[in-house]
Amino acid sequence: MSDAKKFMYINRKAPYGTIYAWESLEVVLIGAAFDQEVSLAFVDDGVYQLMKGQDTTDVGIKNFSPTYAALGDYDVNKIYVEKESLEARGLTLEDLQHLVWEDEDEDWAEKDSIRVVTSAELAEIFEQQDITLSF
Amino acid sequence: MSILHTVNKSTYERDTLEACVRLAAKGGSVLLIEDGVYSAMSGGNKSNVIENAKDLSFYVLGPDIKARGLSEDRLIDGVKVVDYKGFVELSVSNDSVSAWL
Repeated sequence: MSDAKKFMYINRKAPYGTIYAWESLEVVLIGAAFDQEVSLAFVDDGVYQLMKGQDTTDVGIKNFSPTYAALGDYDVNKIYVEKESLEARGLTLEDLQHLVWEDEDEDWAEKDSIRVVTSAELAEIFEQQDITLSF
Repeated sequence: MSILHTVNKSTYERDTLEACVRLAAKGGSVLLIEDGVYSAMSGGNKSNVIENAKDLSFYVLGPDIKARGLSEDRLIDGVKVVDYKGFVELSVSNDSVSAWL
């Protein structure tokens, strides 16, 4: 795994108005299948992608939000949400889905995938990546 | 002359709603649809765009807030929820419809 690259996917769009959010999710799942080190960042309107309780029955669009809960099974467990973006929108961590993963090194203990970070912290995390893809 | 304005962009991403509010005549109606519904949530730092526009009536399309996991309880005071039938009624009760993109 020493040749694994660190991939960062930056998500900045709300989920249904454009196709970016869904496309990003598709690419993330493909990338994860290739054993890369995957991180996701949700900033600006991208934080809306993780809202809990999405129900698209009446708008005739596929609700892809349950797929975020499957990311843990693909070893995608570094999900960063920018604190400033949440606050600007009057949101808190409680408004988002509770995403978890199971740590095989600790007897499959369930751990939180979402980490709320400041802009400054996120900037440092971006610096550590090999490849950044923006959606 | 009365106009129904529709806005389908989030005010946190685009200035569409601000342009609409600035250019809509007193007494006009603004219906927030698609990503426009995010602008109707209270507690955000852009909530004042709607709160300050006292001369306009604001509506949101219910199916679009439900799709996005938003709660009617957290809408800015005075914003009314309409369904698709309500959208049609607003369209016919105004003289014209202006779609802000």
